[in-house]
Amino acid sequence: MDFVESDALAEHRQAAHAWAERHFRPEWVEQEHATGTHHNPELHALLGQQGLLGAGWPAQYGGTDVDPAYALAVFQEIGARGLRMDGWVTTEMVTRTILHVATEEAKQEIVPAALRGEVVIVLGYTEPGSGSDVAAARMRAVRDGDEWVVNGSKMFTSTAHMATHVFLLARTNTEVPKHKGLTLFLARLDAPGVEVQPVHTLGGQRTNATFYSDVRVPDSMRIGEVDGGWGVMRVALVHERGTAVAPGGPTLVEQVAEWARTAPGPDGAPLLDDPTVAEQLARLAIDDEVSRLLGLKVRWIAATGGMPGIEGSMAKLYSSEAEQRRVDVLTDLLGEQALLRDGAGPLHGAVEWAYRKAPVSTIYGGTSEVQREIVAERRLGLPRSRPVG
Amino acid sequence: MDLSLTEDQQALRGSVAELFAGQATSERVRAAEAVGHDPALWRVLVQSGIPTMGVAEELGGGGATVADLVVVAIEAGRRVAPVALPEALTAAALLAASPAGADLLAGVGEGDVVPTVALRPLRNGTAGPVPGAAVADVVVALDGDELVALSRPEGVAAEPLPDLGGAALAEVATTVWSQRLVLATGDEARGAHDDAVSLWRVLTAAALEGLRQEALRIGVEYVKDRHAFGVPIAWFQTVQHRLAEVATAGDGAELLVHEAAWARDTGDPRAAALARMALLFAAETAQQTAAASLHFHGGYGFTLEYDIQLYYRRAKAWPLALGAPRHELRALAADLFAGEAA
Repeated sequence: MDFVESDALAEHRQAAHAWAERHFRPEWVEQEHATGTHHNPELHALLGQQGLLGAGWPAQYGGTDVDPAYALAVFQEIGARGLRMDGWVTTEMVTRTILHVATEEAKQEIVPAALRGEVVIVLGYTEPGSGSDVAAARMRAVRDGDEWVVNGSKMFTSTAHMATHVFLLARTNTEVPKHKGLTLFLARLDAPGVEVQPVHTLGGQRTNATFYSDVRVPDSMRIGEVDGGWGVMRVALVHERGTAVAPGGPTLVEQVAEWARTAPGPDGAPLLDDPTVAEQLARLAIDDEVSRLLGLKVRWIAATGGMPGIEGSMAKLYSSEAEQRRVDVLTDLLGEQALLRDGAGPLHGAVEWAYRKAPVSTIYGGTSEVQREIVAERRLGLPRSRPVG
Repeated sequence: MDLSLTEDQQALRGSVAELFAGQATSERVRAAEAVGHDPALWRVLVQSGIPTMGVAEELGGGGATVADLVVVAIEAGRRVAPVALPEALTAAALLAASPAGADLLAGVGEGDVVPTVALRPLRNGTAGPVPGAAVADVVVALDGDELVALSRPEGVAAEPLPDLGGAALAEVATTVWSQRLVLATGDEARGAHDDAVSLWRVLTAAALEGLRQEALRIGVEYVKDRHAFGVPIAWFQTVQHRLAEVATAGDGAELLVHEAAWARDTGDPRAAALARMALLFAAETAQQTAAASLHFHGGYGFTLEYDIQLYYRRAKAWPLALGAPRHELRALAADLFAGEAA
């Protein structure tokens, strides 16, 4: 075995760093923190203009000749500087799906504009009444000539207030089992009948609830076959996976350990001299290593041509549960210092913030219960434990 | 990056798996519980060159890497084989590191000498309880400034201690183990012993990993067969989810064990820390897995008749030979966090 993961983007790191030195503005991070919006229109437009969004895409749909590995290195450099690009993440995922399954008309209308940074697409799967059970979506789409009329609501449509389009999962057939009556549509967010309301979250992110009342979508913006939405979603999920991973900075546990070397405990001695503190930090470091290794295995399987489905579930399950153990231990370890937010707290409030944002990790992207079900059925060969709907 | 076993390692795994499946059956494991050692199994291991397989070829060993030894230890652990294999492999490595150990090492290779190692330095001439010491001919130990190979005069017996995991435990006192061969002194002695204990951590973690895999398999098979309330208990989500949880941590333990072996073989600077991590985490996951599997047996799990109790006891017993895990965690913290700026 060989546990050295070579950096596939090593040759682009320096150029990406230079790009960020020239274009990246630190106040963007403050803006993101203040607004809770994980999308920066100014940055997004710049990436579009410079051809970075179109790197590696087919030229006939607006692809550029920018090296996609360089573009990915730039995106990772942006991430390393503390900015999220959720708007591009969802836009890319949907645009790749469109390229696979949509009509030529939709491809021509959407893909080049998305790669120029002018179209931003958000996801509209989850509803107030359905999260993990995504196929239970109740949004209705009814055909009316060359158009569809959409009614319903979507939850957690993050970035919708900054986006141009939403990728809607809607029910087009109520006479068949729930997975077989779904269709995907790309709706304009400025269409009459669309309403976007902010939803604020524990971790500081702003997301949205979106409402659709007799919203008209042309049939050309139907993405995939009528009632074929479940299959289209699976195409989209394949495109959700990233593979290359940027070399990371210190983990939160390492940052806290570094802080605890000098920060005094109640008796005035450095916290790290307290054996209990040292033991707890060491135990958390093991969790971090295990999470890293499970992720490494996913990337190794993908890199050798496999489909790391079960392993992906295991990595997600372990690392998200470990994150919640970690924030519980670290807050207790910091004691009253863990109460302080932002600049008032140690490490700029990193532990306080980590505690607030941790709960979502076992919820989104498939809850821990869904992941355990996958491991139980597909790895351990245990029978399906819930009714098939 | 390559997370697969080499072809040679796969072949090795196949042959040692067969060896332990034939020689460490449930009956043989149970028969050896009181003594903690199966001499017939040991002879087969000697014939296969396993006790000295990690020793360099020019010293008469098999020249195996730590990654290879891990493959063997996993299979031994899977069958909870009644031999102190991690201890013997570690002792052989220490004997091989000193010219003074040559005769004893040759004896190990020929099957005349069963070796073990005292993991903690002797204090006031005693170290106890040491796994394998009840049946060993030689105990390698750190006594003050000296790394020594201790043996007993003809006719003097070690006193076995009744124990949790059938590990042939005995106290080692220099009054009983009065014959003393010095292998190294000073920093060299301490460094060699430290390094050997680090090897033992990796090998014991590997044995625990094999134990864990089998404990999981036993539990999964049982819940598929056992019916309650008219259905196999494998249908219940509480059962499924607990098994999925330990299986997931188990994948992590397996990776960590192999990573620790790789780090030793390549001289990675994190090798010592990874060895501690591997032992701590393999112990934790093996115990949690065995406990879950035992629990899902219901009342039968609490009887001696079912094999899961053999796994449950050893999952706790093997790692505790080194002492309380809190000391390992503190030492790990020192490895990880006590760097430059302290």
